[in-house]
Amino acid sequence: MNKLKLIIKREFLAKVKNKSFIILTLLSPVLMVGLIMLIVFLSQKNSEEIRTIAYIDESEILASVFQNTEHTKYINLTKLGIEEAKNKSSEFYYGLIYIPKPDSLEQLSKGITFFTQDSPSLSLIGGIENKLENKIRNLKLEQLNFDLEKLKSAETDVDFNTENFSGEKSSKIGGILKMATGGAFGYLIFMFIIIYGTSVMRSVIEEKTSRIIEVIVSSVKPFQLMLGKIFGNALAGVLQFIIWMISAGFLLFVVTAIFGPEATNMDSGGMQVAPEMMNQVQQSANSDLEFVLSEVKNLPIITMFFSFIIYFLGGYLIYSSIYAAIGAAVDSETDTQQFMMPVLMPLIIAIYVGFSVIENPHGPIAVSFSLFPLTSPIVMLMRIPFGVPWWQLLVSMLLLIVAFLGIVWFAAKIYRVGILMYGKKPSYKELYKWLKY
Amino acid sequence: MENILKVENVCKNYGNFTALNNVSISVPKGSVFGLLGPNGAGKTSLIRIINQITLPDSGNIYLDGEKLLPKHVHQIGYLPEERGLYKSMKVGEQALYLAQLKGMSHAKAKKKLKYWFEKFEISDWWNKKIQELSKGMAQKVQFIVTVMHSPKLLIFDEPFSGFDPINANLIKDEILKLRDEGASIIFSTHRMESVEEMCEYIALINKSNKILDGKLSDIKTEFKENKFAVGLQCENSEGLYNEIKQKFSVEKSENYNDANLGITIKLPQNETSTNLIKFLNSKSQITHFTEIIPNANDIFLKAVANNE
Repeated sequence: MNKLKLIIKREFLAKVKNKSFIILTLLSPVLMVGLIMLIVFLSQKNSEEIRTIAYIDESEILASVFQNTEHTKYINLTKLGIEEAKNKSSEFYYGLIYIPKPDSLEQLSKGITFFTQDSPSLSLIGGIENKLENKIRNLKLEQLNFDLEKLKSAETDVDFNTENFSGEKSSKIGGILKMATGGAFGYLIFMFIIIYGTSVMRSVIEEKTSRIIEVIVSSVKPFQLMLGKIFGNALAGVLQFIIWMISAGFLLFVVTAIFGPEATNMDSGGMQVAPEMMNQVQQSANSDLEFVLSEVKNLPIITMFFSFIIYFLGGYLIYSSIYAAIGAAVDSETDTQQFMMPVLMPLIIAIYVGFSVIENPHGPIAVSFSLFPLTSPIVMLMRIPFGVPWWQLLVSMLLLIVAFLGIVWFAAKIYRVGILMYGKKPSYKELYKWLKY
Repeated sequence: MENILKVENVCKNYGNFTALNNVSISVPKGSVFGLLGPNGAGKTSLIRIINQITLPDSGNIYLDGEKLLPKHVHQIGYLPEERGLYKSMKVGEQALYLAQLKGMSHAKAKKKLKYWFEKFEISDWWNKKIQELSKGMAQKVQFIVTVMHSPKLLIFDEPFSGFDPINANLIKDEILKLRDEGASIIFSTHRMESVEEMCEYIALINKSNKILDGKLSDIKTEFKENKFAVGLQCENSEGLYNEIKQKFSVEKSENYNDANLGITIKLPQNETSTNLIKFLNSKSQITHFTEIIPNANDIFLKAVANNE
């Protein structure tokens, strides 16, 4: 036990003292906050821009549509005639809307043209089209002798109050929140496994190539060495994440203090969550912050916390011991390719399945992949915020533990033989033989 | 004589390949024991089993009378043939770590390392990284790391590789000094002259089997062929040579320049040299008479050839 502690300490320090680790740890939060600021800055710049659009209204009934708004100014060039207006617009304005004189109200909607220098965004076109459509419809309704006032009073808006059978309120915001937290946890585990699993593998290869391995295993059991490596690297990883969280939080705090709250509208959580998701949450949050808070309270936080720890440990231990076995089996990192694919495959599948979990958290794909131990650490964590039956959670965890024991045993065997083998690039057949040594 | 290590009927198979077939050796306390054999004979497999890096399929091992257990790794020091150190770790830090893995306390390890570093005059390397040292320098550190915990049993696999003659001598003297202080040493090498110089006992392994073991001097006696190198002075050397040839099996040897006749005579197994001397003395003047005793190299080659 004492030796395991020594090994963990050495592995941890070797990792933490490494220059590239230090640089990555210190630089990442700066880069991240910088990137967020850049995005915020650019999007603000974008929305500050004011467009001027000219129009020619030969029908003489649609001019009332073109009211100036915050970002768009309209100029009436009807008097200039189409050719001259076009020349002028191409020089000074964003675009020109041409409404020809129609034969009837029916024809009015057909012949309208929008001239622009570059192709306008769909939202801009849609917005103007919408306004024109409304106006023309109202004109038609008037022509058909409808009373607009009465029509307006008949308009209705249905907004569901959603609630599950046990009486908890649910909402679209809640759904997004669940998606975001589940996705964040799953993605975090995915990243951690890949980054620190590879780092375990490198450390094993380093011991092999520097030929210190035989000296070490004459003092400690290979299994102890393997575990020490796995835990040492994990601790370094946890430290790195903590530093990232704290410094990112601190930097965002500073940025907020300097530039005001709008600058950090993206929120500090944006690191693991796709920005568009965050935006949605943010927009909804602005509309009803208290409701979101109550939604957060409704999440199964305790279950999420404990299952995060279990799946994190299980997933990381399973994969990092496979990585350790791969490192032991080869002589150099270039030889690892043939073994990496089968390891990365389930992880990538898990992330893809994660997307379908968001669509249908209790469908057969989601359920089966959240039970399968190589994908469950990611998929199950994505499902948990949506509520998972306790028996599925239990089966999934049991399978995870069984797989963990089996895979670690298997990896330890390969590791034990592999670290003392030099010179040949092993095949899968060879690895199978090692199990029996 | 008490044994520090006793290996009894050890077998080890890797799949269909037999690495060790029923091998038994005994290493007497306070001796230097040479473990010899051609490449791939199974020496490293045996050494790894003694170090508990791998487990034997069958057989027993006793260290100082006790059945070998994991705790015994603290009493063994091992310098493997494939050796190295962490390249980016500082020398002192690394030696401390390895000492602690051998069960020493931090304080004790530090004290002991200071002693060794001063002895080898390398104290100023303490804060250097291994990658800044030359290969020979790193080997010195490696040697210290092997012996610093004062183990009862030291196992050296090709300890002199990578050393220049001066440092090889330094290491040789240190190994013999450790033996004088009570450590027992297993010494595996292909350099027969160092076997001759250092080993009191040897075991020879060929193709997974032990084919020879015992005290080196006994083995030499066993391997001598009753051959004598003789230098004679006389008038008619050619006539004398023919005369001797009729009575004994003789070869001419070239390297007795100071004699008229230099020959090697092989006596039948049951005959002693007394009659030969008498005969030669009556015919000529003997300038030189030596029994030819095989050296370790001869024994190695002969034993392996006989085993084929």
